[in-house]
Amino acid sequence: MLERAHIMICGGTGCTSGNSKKVMEEFEVQLKKNGLRDEVKLIMTGCFGLCARGPIVAVYPDGAFYQHVKVEDVAEIVTEHILKGRRVTRLLGSERTESGEVMPINQTPFYRSQKRIVLRNCGRINPENIDEYIAFDGYKAYEKCVKEMTPEGVIQLLTDSGLRGRGGGGFPTGKKWLSTYNAKDDQKYVVCNADEGDPGAFMDRSVLEGDPHSVIEAMMIAGYAVGATQGYVYVRAEYPIAVQRLQIAIDQARAYGILGKNAMGLGHKFDMEIRLGAGAFVCGEATALIHSIEGHRGEPTQKPPHLAEHGLWGKPTVLNNVETYANIPQIILNGPQWFKSMGTEKSSGTKVFALGGKIMNTGLVEIPMGTTLRTIIEEIGGGIPNGKKFKAAQTGGPSGGCIPASLIDTPIDYDNLIAIGSMMGSGGLIVMDEDNCMVDIAKFFLEFTVDESCGKCTPCRIGNKRLYEMLDKITKGQGTMEDLDKMEELCKYIKANSLCGLGQTAPNPVLSTLKYFRDEYIAHVRDKKCPAGVCKALLNYVIDKDKCIGCGLCARKCPAGAITKSDYIAEGHKLPSMQIDVTKCLKCGACMDTCNRQCAISKK
Amino acid sequence: MSYQFIDTPEQKKKLDKVFVELKGVPGSLMKAMQKAQDIYGYLPIEIMQRIATACNVPVEEVYGIATFYAQFNIEPMGKYKVGICLGTACYVKGSGVILDKIKERLHIEPGHTTEDMKFTLEATRCIGCCGLAPVMTINGEVHGNLKPEDLDTIFAKYGA
Repeated sequence: MLERAHIMICGGTGCTSGNSKKVMEEFEVQLKKNGLRDEVKLIMTGCFGLCARGPIVAVYPDGAFYQHVKVEDVAEIVTEHILKGRRVTRLLGSERTESGEVMPINQTPFYRSQKRIVLRNCGRINPENIDEYIAFDGYKAYEKCVKEMTPEGVIQLLTDSGLRGRGGGGFPTGKKWLSTYNAKDDQKYVVCNADEGDPGAFMDRSVLEGDPHSVIEAMMIAGYAVGATQGYVYVRAEYPIAVQRLQIAIDQARAYGILGKNAMGLGHKFDMEIRLGAGAFVCGEATALIHSIEGHRGEPTQKPPHLAEHGLWGKPTVLNNVETYANIPQIILNGPQWFKSMGTEKSSGTKVFALGGKIMNTGLVEIPMGTTLRTIIEEIGGGIPNGKKFKAAQTGGPSGGCIPASLIDTPIDYDNLIAIGSMMGSGGLIVMDEDNCMVDIAKFFLEFTVDESCGKCTPCRIGNKRLYEMLDKITKGQGTMEDLDKMEELCKYIKANSLCGLGQTAPNPVLSTLKYFRDEYIAHVRDKKCPAGVCKALLNYVIDKDKCIGCGLCARKCPAGAITKSDYIAEGHKLPSMQIDVTKCLKCGACMDTCNRQCAISKK
Repeated sequence: MSYQFIDTPEQKKKLDKVFVELKGVPGSLMKAMQKAQDIYGYLPIEIMQRIATACNVPVEEVYGIATFYAQFNIEPMGKYKVGICLGTACYVKGSGVILDKIKERLHIEPGHTTEDMKFTLEATRCIGCCGLAPVMTINGEVHGNLKPEDLDTIFAKYGA
């Protein structure tokens, strides 16, 4: 039977963590209670993108976009909206049109500059139902390739579209496929890199969770184009929902005869399986990933030979990232000119960014290449919370760099980001405000790379460790001006001599912060101060004697006995104020946490 | 810390079944280790030896893989696994401070388990709930938008 309304509940990781599964169960209960269960279709869908306001529930056909939906709100949505047709305005977000109406969701600042190609089905279909994918042109692109195009034609079309690898490097996808096509062998492989290790990036996960079939279809197309019959998806084990949905999708595709010996009855054989990662960042590197699929330690090896000639089990292999694959069916269906019409000259199409950190609208955004950082942060992101000032944006994760406020009008594409000392990376975009210390951030990334370095080559294993130690020294106020020059020299050495991408890019966070925030490094070294108030060793806790009421709570909490009564009684107070002996203070912050009048103790 | 490895007949049967399933699958060593860890919770030397025999590789290779990847544990885990996300989004929103507070509370460093085998503390990589940053997970349950003062209530639920 035909339902009169569809209720779409976000089942992405963000909203699931915010209890969206319980919300779904409650809808089930409330709809039954009101006798509406047969009239309404309940769908758990993929990520809508606006994670900061999750859990999200969208009701169609009228397009109401409910935010921060709690289990308690469900009864009201059902009785008011579904039963009586009155939308629950208080859950519809704060955006209003000029006439005071609730703004349609696609006109809100968060969505209006976005262009959803990769994420087109996220939040629109039920990812666990292959029929819904097929209903939105699913597997049509594969059919078109096999029926109407030669493998060379498919590769040429991709080359013409200008699609570049979305995993970070930005290598032209068509070129990559062509070299695998040219390699002669009886067995070739198609591999998907879903080992999204960049801390703060989650677009690949959202695609797998929200639209897994688009990746399967694109891998089938790759198989047809390069002449491979077997595919592997290498997924992080930390993404249980993505793994589960992808497995469901593969099983359904097999059951429909889409995957298998005679895929879709078109005479081409293709099958695939999932391989789970086990928590090693370096496995995002192509050769390391291949070794991990083979069941070994994920250590990179020297290139060349490239994967196109000598990949998985020594066979020619084509490896692309999830987001790259998710673009391909649309490019095949709409043509290279359509794709090229978006973005910049050398970076066509869109890019998905995971917007995080000090920003109002945390979440997933897909924008045409060439959109400025200002649009992303001020319009889509809704600006910085608590009236703080924008300081820097970090792209490219541990391999990227920090973009300072002065470059906020830079159009974002592959080449511009490299030119300003960062890189696209997989698409994490972390916003930082005045309370973030750039030396501390550089140290944070270095700690990550030191931890994740596989240890195979010396420049990365020892060089990054030394770099980390110098940064640590600086954050403790023991650095010298000479250290800054030494660090720059060491960075250049590590970049030039490391074996794989991890080492070659690891110094980028240090280099870019040294370039744009050198004054902050100098403040740490010369003035022994952390301007952002982050580096503990450089802070002193101070009690404002005119505000302190002398209750003594802090003195009792102080583990070092550094707080005593002073002999000063402020006007209007009965007891003498407390004071901190800086020579005894451990800077643990316990006093500040316990103070009844939080304004009385501060870090300076 | 000392502990004894206990192998129940059901666990043994499950693992044998895994070996049968994976026989002849290319590159199955890591898969076998992942399944074994699902069964036992960790990979004691006894199990690593059995995997080595079944997959026909030296036990050193199994050990090499187990220590390379963060996901494999060669020591038993506590009843509750506490993971603090140190992904960038969480870090810039103060998850480092939260980690310090938990270290003080449990008296352990990340990667270790409390003496009573109740809590294992882990500093995890991005778990992808950046919209809720900073986040912590306890046995998979996500606690988001954390403030240091929330910890009392959360840990009270788990008896600490």
